[in-house]
This record gives sequence, C-alpha cells and structure tokens, in this order.
Amino acid sequence: MLDTNKDSLKLEAMKRIVAMIARGKNASDLFPAVVKNVACKNIEVKKLVYVYLVRYAEEQQDLALLSISTFQRGLKDPNQLIRASALRVLSSIRVPIIVPIMMLAIKEAASDMSPYVRKTAAHAIPKLYSLDSDQKDQLIEVIEKLLADKTTLVAGSVVMAFEEVCPERIDLIHKNYRKLCNLLIDVEEWGQVVIISMLTRYARTQFLSPTQNESLLEENPEKAFYGSEEDEAKGPGSEEAAAAALPTRKPYVMDPDHRLLLRNTKPLLQSRSAAVVMAVAQLYFHLAPKAEVGVIAKALVRLLRSHSEVQYVVLQNVATMSIKRRGMFEPYLKSFYIRSTDPTQIKILKLEVLTNLANETNIPTVLREFQTYIRSMDKDFVAATIQAIGRCATNIGRVRDTCLNGLVQLLSNRDELVVAESVVVIKKLLQMQPAQHGEIIKHLAKLTDNIQVPMARASILWLIGEYCEHVPRIAPDVLRKMAKSFTAEEDIVKLQVINLAAKLYLTNSKQTKLLTQYVLSLAKYDQNYDIRDRARFTRQLIVPSEQGGALSRHAKKLFLAPKPAPVLESSFKDRDHFQLGSLSHLLNAKATGYQELPDWPEEAPDPSVRNVEVPEWTKCSNREKRKEKEKPFYSDSEGESGPTESADSDPESESESDSKSSSESGSGESSSESDNEDQDEDEEKGRSSESEQSEEEGEKKKMKKRKKVPEGQREGSSSDEGSDSSSSSSESEMTSDTEEEQVEPASWRKKTPPSGKSAPAAKEISLLDLEDFTPPSVQPLSPPTVVSTSLAADLEGLTLTDSPLVPSLLSPVSGAGRQELLHRVAGEGLAVDYTFSRQPFSGDPHMVSVHIHFSNSSDTPIKGLHVGTPKLPAGISIQEFPEIESLSPGESTTAIMGINFCDSTQAANFQLCTQTRQFYVSIQPPVGELMAPVFMSENEFKKEQGKLTGMNEITEKLTLPDASRSDHVVVQKVTATANLGRVPCGTSDEYRFAGRTLTSGSLVLLTLDARPTGAAQLTVNSEKMVIGTMLVKDVVQALTQ
Amino acid sequence: MIHSLFLINCSGDIFLEKHWKSVVSQSVCDYFFEAQEKAADVENVPPVISTPHHYLISIYRDKLFFVSVIQTEVPPLFVIEFLHRVADTFQDYFGECSEAAIKDNVVIVYELLEEMLDNGFPLATESNILKELIKPPTILRSVVNSITGSSNVGDTLPTGQLSNIPWRRAGVKYTNNEAYFDVVEEIDAIIDKSGSTVFAEIQGVIDACIKLSGMPDLSLSFMNPRLLDDVSFHPCIRFKRWESERVLSFIPPDGNFRLISYRVSSQKYVDGSTRICHHISVCWVELTFPCFMLTVGYLNSSLLPLAMAHEETRKNCLVAIPVYVKHSISFKENSSCGRFDVTIGPKQNMGKTIEGVTVTVHMPKVVLNMNLTPTQGSYTFDPVTKVLTWDVGKITPQKLPSLKGLVNLQSGAPKPEENPSLNIQFKIQQLAISGLKVNRLDMYGEKYKPFKGVKYVTKAGKFQVRT
Repeated sequence: MLDTNKDSLKLEAMKRIVAMIARGKNASDLFPAVVKNVACKNIEVKKLVYVYLVRYAEEQQDLALLSISTFQRGLKDPNQLIRASALRVLSSIRVPIIVPIMMLAIKEAASDMSPYVRKTAAHAIPKLYSLDSDQKDQLIEVIEKLLADKTTLVAGSVVMAFEEVCPERIDLIHKNYRKLCNLLIDVEEWGQVVIISMLTRYARTQFLSPTQNESLLEENPEKAFYGSEEDEAKGPGSEEAAAAALPTRKPYVMDPDHRLLLRNTKPLLQSRSAAVVMAVAQLYFHLAPKAEVGVIAKALVRLLRSHSEVQYVVLQNVATMSIKRRGMFEPYLKSFYIRSTDPTQIKILKLEVLTNLANETNIPTVLREFQTYIRSMDKDFVAATIQAIGRCATNIGRVRDTCLNGLVQLLSNRDELVVAESVVVIKKLLQMQPAQHGEIIKHLAKLTDNIQVPMARASILWLIGEYCEHVPRIAPDVLRKMAKSFTAEEDIVKLQVINLAAKLYLTNSKQTKLLTQYVLSLAKYDQNYDIRDRARFTRQLIVPSEQGGALSRHAKKLFLAPKPAPVLESSFKDRDHFQLGSLSHLLNAKATGYQELPDWPEEAPDPSVRNVEVPEWTKCSNREKRKEKEKPFYSDSEGESGPTESADSDPESESESDSKSSSESGSGESSSESDNEDQDEDEEKGRSSESEQSEEEGEKKKMKKRKKVPEGQREGSSSDEGSDSSSSSSESEMTSDTEEEQVEPASWRKKTPPSGKSAPAAKEISLLDLEDFTPPSVQPLSPPTVVSTSLAADLEGLTLTDSPLVPSLLSPVSGAGRQELLHRVAGEGLAVDYTFSRQPFSGDPHMVSVHIHFSNSSDTPIKGLHVGTPKLPAGISIQEFPEIESLSPGESTTAIMGINFCDSTQAANFQLCTQTRQFYVSIQPPVGELMAPVFMSENEFKKEQGKLTGMNEITEKLTLPDASRSDHVVVQKVTATANLGRVPCGTSDEYRFAGRTLTSGSLVLLTLDARPTGAAQLTVNSEKMVIGTMLVKDVVQALTQ
Repeated sequence: MIHSLFLINCSGDIFLEKHWKSVVSQSVCDYFFEAQEKAADVENVPPVISTPHHYLISIYRDKLFFVSVIQTEVPPLFVIEFLHRVADTFQDYFGECSEAAIKDNVVIVYELLEEMLDNGFPLATESNILKELIKPPTILRSVVNSITGSSNVGDTLPTGQLSNIPWRRAGVKYTNNEAYFDVVEEIDAIIDKSGSTVFAEIQGVIDACIKLSGMPDLSLSFMNPRLLDDVSFHPCIRFKRWESERVLSFIPPDGNFRLISYRVSSQKYVDGSTRICHHISVCWVELTFPCFMLTVGYLNSSLLPLAMAHEETRKNCLVAIPVYVKHSISFKENSSCGRFDVTIGPKQNMGKTIEGVTVTVHMPKVVLNMNLTPTQGSYTFDPVTKVLTWDVGKITPQKLPSLKGLVNLQSGAPKPEENPSLNIQFKIQQLAISGLKVNRLDMYGEKYKPFKGVKYVTKAGKFQVRT
C-alpha cells in the first residue's frame, strides 16, 4: 500500500505500522518502503514516517541516510516550525555518520531568528552528545551561546542541555545567573524544575551559607533534639520573632544574588505542578536561612492532597526535612494523620513524619492518634506504629512510662505480630533504664506462660537474663519453667534459654547450678546444631574445669558486659546529604548522573562574575548589582545595613516586576509606581532646596548621599558613592527609571551655571566651583564648528533676553555637574569624579567625551592609573585615556575618555586600575548627554518635525513655576538638561531645540509651547522613542522644579 | 530524561510501548511485575523501583500502570507529574483513560506522545497546543475523514507555542460567548469515635469552562478573598496581581481547565491574635453545641465580647461539618455475630439539602455476611472485598436514615479488634461550605458581552468517621 499514489492508502498503511510499533512488534523489514515516503506531501503520513524513522534508523543506518537530504532541505525552510521539526527529527536519528551534519545544523539553528528553532537546537544538543561525546567542546560553545538567550522559551531547554552535557561548567552560568532568576517565573513548568535544581547547585558553590553563624547557636538544641524545644513549640509566632532577631545578631550578609534567587522562586510555590513546588521547596531547604524555610511547609502539605505517587515522594522528602527542621511542619501535624484508606506505604511514611514531629507539647495528641492506629486491620502498619511509639518514648523522656505501659497492655493483644513487636520495643526501652522497671520485667516474666510468639518469648528471656539482678527471685523460676518446656520451644527461644541459664549460673549459681546443667545437657542432644554448639560453648565457658580456666575466669565479663542501649532513630536520618527531591534521595543511593550538592564554600567567590549589562534588566537587578559592587569595598559597613536593606528592596522590586507583568493588561500599577517615584522626587526637591543654603562644595556631597536615602536608609555611610552611577543602567524600560534619573538633573541644575545669564553670575559660580567645569587642559580640543552651533543656540537665547553676550560663555556648556566615580575612602585615597564636557570627542564623533578628574588625597603617590578590562554591554565602546604615570599626594589631574553609549543610557562599566588595586566603576550618562546640538532653520525644523510624528512624538503637559517663566531661564534649563541647540522661532511663546544623537545621528527635536499663564506643552520628536520619552521626563522635571 | 514508556493493564499485559531514545527491551518490566507481586495491593506498588541498569517510575491511574524507564538522575516528581499529565491528556482526548480507548486510538496516542516529549524532555504539554497539533477524534470528524481522506493532524502549525501565552490558542471564535466557573469544595475530615473532629479542612477548586472569542483578559474577584490562604494557580494567573489586590487576573486558556485550587484549613496559625480567637471560639462552640464542631473564628480583635465572638464564629466558621453519624458496631465475643447500627443526620447544613449520600465501610476480614435493613436507600455487601456500600440518597431531617442489622462472622475466628471506619460521601448544591463567594467577573480586551455563570458545590472529600 505504501507504493500507491493515494495518500489515504499510504496513511492507512502507516497507521498499521505504527500500531505494530506501539505493540512492540518488529516492523524493521518495511524500512525501505517507508523511507521512500519521507518526502510525502501529506503531513500526517510524514509525521508517521518520522515516527517510524526515528524508531528504526539505528538498526538500518545505511537506508536511513537516504532520508537525510529531505531534512537538510527542511532546515532551510522559511517556516520556523518546519525548520524546527526538521532539526528535531534529524537530531533524533541515531546514526553516527551524520554527526557532522547534525553539528552544523545545531550551530545554525542556535543563531536562528526564531526562538522556537533555538529551543529545538537546545533539545538537539543532548541527543548529539549521547551519540558522540567527542563533540563536547563544540557543544559547550553552542550551549554558552544559547544560555545568553533572553527568551523564556529557550531557557528551560538549554539549561537541561547544560545539565546533561556539562554540569560541571558552572562558570558558564555566572553571566546568565540573574537573567535566569528573572526569567524563571515565565518559563514553562518543566524548564522551571530543571533551572531551579541547577541554580540550587550553583548557589551552593557561589554563596556563603546563610546558616553558618546560626549553626553554632543551634548546635545545642540540635543535639538535644527532643529536649528543649520551647521556642519551636511556640509555633510560627516565635519563628517570626526569631526571623526578626536573627539578622540583628549575625554579621552574615546574604549576597544580593542569593536573595534574588530566593525571592524569585518563592511565587513558584503556588505552581500547580507538584514538581515545581518540590523543586522550590528543596531550593529553600538547601539555601534559605533557617527563618525563611518555613514558607515551604504549607505548599508541601498542599501536595499531600495529590495523587498517591506524589504523596509518596513528597512524604519521603518531608520526612527528611522534618528531622532537621521540625518546627516547620509542626503547625501542620494534623495533615499527616492517617486515614484507613491510605495505601500502606503512605501510612508508614506519614507515621514516620508524625514521629519526627512529636515533641513534649504535642505528644499527648500524637499518642492518642497512635492508639487509634494500633487497632488498625493493617498489621504491617500496626507494627510500624509500635515502633513509632517506641521512638517517641526514647526521644521524649516524659512520656516514656506512659508509652511503656501502653505497650505492656499491647502484650495481651491476640495478634502475634503486635505482641512480638511490642516486646521487642519494650526490650529496647527497658535497656535504657532497667533499674526502674523491675515491675515490668516481672510482668513480662509472667507473660511467658501466655505468649507463644517465639520472638517475643526470646526477647523476654533475654531481658530477664540481662537484668536478673533486678528480679532475683523470679529469674530462677522462669528458668525452671523454661527448662521444663525446653524441648517444645522454637530454636530462637532455646538459644535464649541457654543464655539465661548461663547468666543465672554466673550470678546466682547456688540456686541454678543444677538447672543450668540440666538445660545444657538437654541442648547437647538437640536437633539443631546451632543449639548444640551454643550449649557446648557455654558449658566450657561457665562450668569451671581444669583446662578451660583461663576463659571461665572471664566468663562473667563476657556474659554480663553492659550492653549499649540501642538507638532508635529514623531511617531518614542522614538522607539530607542527597539533594532533596532527587531520585537519589528517594532511593537513598546514588543514581547515575547524580550531581552532588556541593558544600557551602568557606569564602565567597568573587560575586562580580555575575555582573553583566543587559538592557532588559529591571530595576531590581540594577539594585542588586550596585549593592554587590559595594560589597568588596564596604563589606563591614554593609554588614549593619545589609539585612534592613534587603528587606527594603523587597517591596520595591516586587512592584517593579508587578508592573512588568501587568503591562499586558495595562493596569494601573505602573502609574502607581510612578506615583511613588514622584513622591521621592518631591522629597528630593525639598531636600535639595534645603541644602542650597549650605556651602557649595559640601552640598554636592550631601546631594549625592541623599540620592540614595530613599532606597537604603544608609545615611551614615557615604559608601554608596563609588557605584553611584552604575545603578540606573537600564533605562530601556520606561518604568524602571530610577530615582537617580530624576535626581541627577536636579543636582546639576544647581551646579550648572545659568548659561544664558549674565557673565558675572556665571563667573561667580565657576569661581566657586572651578574644577567642576571644563578644565583648562582640554579647552584647546574643542573644535570650532560645534561650539558655534551651541553658541548659536546660546545667542538665540541671549538675544531674546537682551542679555549681553559675553565671550567667556563661548566655552561649551558643561552638561552635568561633577559626578563621583570613586569616593576617596573607597579608592584608598584616590578620588575620581567625572563630568560630561559636551565637547565632541576628538577621536570618534560618536563618542561622548567624559572628563575624569583624579585627585590623590592619600599620602603616597598613586602610580599607573589606567582603564582595565571594560565589561561592556553590546555596542558600547570606550576610548581609554592614556595611562597616568603617577599622581603624587595632594595632586589632581584630568583625563579625557570617550564613550560610545550607543544611544542608550546603559552604564559603561570598567575597571580603574592602579598599580596595586582595581576598582570597579561605571559611568552612567543622563539622556541629555547622548546628543549633540544641531543648527537648523525654523523651516527645516518644521519639515523634520513633520516626518517624526505619531509614535515618534511624545507630548507632555506641564505647568511652569513662576520662577522659570522667563525666557532665559527656560532656555538655560533646557540646555542644561540636554545638549541641544536652540532653533530660532517666530513666536515668543515657543522654544525650539534640535540635536542629533551621537551614535546613530537621529534627530531629536524639542518644542516647548509656553503660555503666559504658566501652562506649557512639551513635545519631543525623535526616532529613538526611548530617548525621547526619557528626555521629556528629564526636561519636564528640570522645568517644573 | 524519560527514556521509554510502557502502558500495562491490570492483568500485566504491556499493550503500548514508546521509546524516545534507543529502544529498551520489554523485559525491564519484569522488575515492575516482581514489585507488583510483592505489594499485593495495586496501591502499594512503590512508585520508584531501582533495577540494575534503569529506574522505573510508575503511576497507577484508571486501572492502568504507566511505567516509565529512567536512566539517569531526575527529580521523581518531574516524571510522576509528567505521567499524570499524559493520563490527563488521554482523558481529555478520548473522554476516558482506559485500555480500550488507548488501543482504539493508538495512532493518535503515538502522535501525542511524540509531541509531548522530545528526547525525553517535555515539549508541548498544554492541551490547547496539543489540540492544535493533533485534533481530538470526534464521530463527525472520523466520518468526514473517511470520506475526504483528510487527517487528524492539524495542518496549521501551532502558533500558541510561540507566543507569550502558550496556554491559549489563537483565533478562537464563538457565537455564544460564555464563561462558567464551578466552585467545588470538598471537606476532608477525620471524626473520631466520640464524634469530635480530629482533623478537618476544605479543599476547593475553581474549574472554569471558558468559551470566549479572541483574547479576553478576565479578572475574577471574591467577596472574601482572605479565606484563601493556600492557593495554587494555573500558570495563566498573574501572581503579582493576586499578591497585591487579591484579584485573579488572567488570559484564560480555551475550554475547560482548573483555574485555582485552594485549601481552607481548620488549623489557622496566622498570628497570635487569631490563635486566641481560635481558642475562644472553640471553647464557646463546644459549650453551645454539645455535639461539638470544630470551627475557627476569623476575628480581627481578640477583645470582642464572647457573645460577639460567637456571632462572628457562626458567620465565619471555616470548616463546618454538615453531617453527623451515630453508630454502634459491636461484635460479640465467642459468638459468630455482631450488631451494626448506623444513623446519619444533617448538621450545620446552612439550610441546604444534603444529597447523594453514600456510606462505604470496609468490614473486617472475618465478616461473612451482613443482614441489614435500611430505612432509606439500598445497601450492598460484597463478601469478597468485604465492602459494604449504603446508598442513602437525600437526607430529610424529619426522618433520619438508618441502617440496622446483624453481622455474621466466620465461626471460630476471634472477634475483630477494630471497628471499621465509615467513609461518607455527600453533596450539597449551591453552597460553598467555606463561605467563599465570587464577587464579579470583568472582561477587558474584547468588546462583546459574555454570558457569565458561577456554580457552587460542596462535596465530601476524604471524609472518614472512626468507630
């Protein structure tokens, strides 16, 4: 049928073949006929052929090769789904000859436009690896490339490939760590599980143990285990208290990345997938500080409602956890109560958990529950319950007697198993404190008449023998009875009778000598050789004779040596060295391919390895990054502020991602967030106006400090400054405009000389703030053309205001006040500031020129200042300044550096190296500095503006405060905010400015239509919408202040 | 990850096998059969079995075993979850997940499995995507297919997989736009001999059936969202929105799906004050209703006068037990018979009728036969499995249903020590026992007016009375 031309017949044939495959029958002899149809047009036939091909290609390699070309064609198809499925089938064909073709296909697909194809490429990697492990190195390259992918679709699959091919290459994760954390919530469930377990391992190698300091404090309760549990018994209330108390007493500070991981995984506890919940639970168990682990309990208890297989796995894990962290599950004790309909394996696990959870306070309830279980029909379960009671009794001293009495009562149970189990448990319990329990031993002795279960009888005899001193009268009597029935007993009992006889002979030979000899001679002729041997051996030992004197002297020692009490402990005791939730943990044995969970490192590895600049990052990651940067410098001061800080940052970043998630629905969140920011801003303004009165130099410092205040409450530490500008590196996302953004303009407005103002005013300020402005050394560099444009703009403003044009103003307006790059404390005496000079950079017109001022306030010269290993986001490049040979104490110098910011406000991060030290610094441009002024006529302006409407136009209404209604103030404020040139304009109420972005040269046109009433409308037209939006924001802020 | 899958029926036949990597011989299942023999009961087969070269992870669903073969370390729940998802998909496609259904549709099953896993790693598991790839069989389609020769495999390629919302397919169109929500609550309880509640909690789910055109963006709000303290969500729900506003906001998948599941427990450990209230209310309730009930007040202030606290408690009881059972089951020593007397009555049923009441009892092994007379409904006793089922039906408070009679035991056998526990099933329509109420459903993103409906049902979950 396969040879017909009719698709329907082919389909029918293929269906039959597939049905054969499904039933496990061999259909390989049809291979040639099937392969011919690989190019069939009918999709269903094609799919079934694929199924067949993948199944049998391994067996018929030569014939399979015939089909390869079809897939190779498919790989070039314009439809992404066809490309993907071609790659999928191609990589599933396990024929070693095509390895190079596969490799090529994977490499190509890894850089495909479509994320779906890239995902398929990630899937293909482990397939190729299992086919030919020599390709590992090349595959790792592909993995590295795919790991950098930013789509959620790819993330899960590539991490899976990573886990299968090169789980040891943890270094590949560094750069992607934060991205993975942030993407996690949007990845599909299966990917989440893989990523979470990989990140658990990663975190174990990269962060310090959050419990390292606690462990000392905890050791005692941990040892006592069931002893003093007061604080845990108090329940979650005290846990919270402990959570509050912990941060204050421990000097440990959690790495912000560590915190990021914990925070981003927490919502996944509410996933519908049990596997994800378990993965998060194990992550918390292994990584979170003790106070936070509690959150997982609720989710795990929820899983207990699921399918019984899920229950089984979850209970296993809960059992392990409950040994270590009992308090966590205590509130949920009742959820582990057993129903008679549960399968036995679940019952036994629940029992295990209940036993682990039992403590002084809840033991009465637990025991009452156990009492119900003992009457169960399921005898295996009853036996397990008795053992559980025994464990409770050994662990909780208070109830030992109660348990013992209960168990003794059980001795009268009809069921052999129950009695035997109780006797065994009683035996163990008695061994712990025999002296007080003479009564029970007597009771047991009486039971020998009734109990028939050999194991139980043997246990009783052993007990009597062992503690015959406590029951001196009864013991010989028991022996007498046993001697009478000796021949009828089971072997195990007989052995114990011999034992008892021997022990009694040694302690009380007067009464029992004859009995012992009688027993021994009975045993001598027993059918069982074990018993005969034992009898012979015992006789030689205890009965004094001439030859065996040496041994018999020690007989007492041999028989009556104190025996250690058995320890009753959980079989889950040491399982937690396996990663929870793993197959190995479940089996309590290492499974193939299990990756050990590494121990916490002693010293934290360099956290900076995770620093990457990715524009999509949200604010929280910026924040993390900044904090982290400070860490190497300020670890001590951070120590105090750390916990509060991390707590603080929580809600903010929450709301941040909130706005991200709600952006689809366009809900009000983002606006509420910007409200907050507005408030911050207001605060800011209040503060800055306050500080105006203070001395200029000091003011600057303060302002910078204040910038940080809303986030961190870290007023005391000036430590933030070093990393100041790195913070707001991601402005591509509009909502993530950080506070700095809005603050910065405010701060330079203060310090920038009012450009359009009269010369004396400008001079005055520049006298005070001399070094803030273009240092003399660079002045010669300014090329005339651009100066003239800016001059033209200035002229425009000046003519309108009738102010005299003063030559000193010809020097270009410095864009921003001095920003701190490196504080002198952080820099060990080296203080570095930078300003945007607004001069074109001589080397490359696309670069923003940045003036960097170094001053050495230490008492030793600083040598060999240069820029080292910049870590730059894509597109951004740096023209380094020439190395500064030496900077003697007290001296200052300036260097110029060019940075091509690629029309984005991402920070340029680099290292500032001296001969001895390296400092991580970063420069963050305000959006206004990313452009250069252009001179154009009004008509030109209007023409260009006409082209840039619609999406490219951003309009904002504002009200100008009285103080800034005059023309020159407006012009000055706008030009201070952005490096734009004034465009002449006919009407007096309208102001126009024009500029081009440095890198792409796109026009930026700004129009301000100001009414005399103060109402105004600001319009920015720019191809670069992001820049436009940010510019509007900045200018509005500058104007309304 | 997942190497192979075998489907095995109760009699131990392997009727389907699928390999995602190289072929694993069927003989690997022998280890499974061994374990199955050892376990005696199907429920007691350990889900994870270790064999010399492989690990077998299995689930038991609808009288079928899904046995997957694993070679390397993998989180067991990952596999178990996946296998259940496979079973769910079969259920979804064929209406039932049975051997017959799978055998009849073996090609579709194979195609599904092929799409769901790639090299052992889950690929497409969302039912909406799968249905775009492979159309579920319907009678109409099979007729059409046989005439026109078209196929079950979708010729349009799924776009959902590529979008940000993989759970919804594109281009949904309905003439009647409807959105239905079923709030189903199940009461899990253990009630001890004396009638006091040992443990009680409510397990609720909201199942949705959404037939809305386009890309609707729904938000569902509750009158009392604070009730829900432990919730798990369908991936479509925006978690942040719930965290901040307690509103379920989502773009729904098309068709039937489970929106959330939640738990309302009697064990409230919210904070100190609630706990005090807990004590107050429990004491009070025990005083007022000697027949007891375990309730938890959800009070804000612990200083309320007791009477008010009571008032509050009645309004807010989280776990009310709607039925009570009077029972006396006794076996006489040294005689081969016993007495059995069970009466069931309504309690705290919020004025609704309790319907569909069934009592199931696993009698001890020594019970030979039962001679009972029900005042209402009918009973059956299976002498092989020793299961007594009493189908009561509706409970009318005027005449309480009871079941009385004699139990015949094996002669000579000792009397059973334990009385069997009673498993009770019931159903209350139009009531969510936790008091959860849907406030409103808003739709954004589409212009039409959908028809909306909410239904409440309370059922007994694992409701067990110890005797």
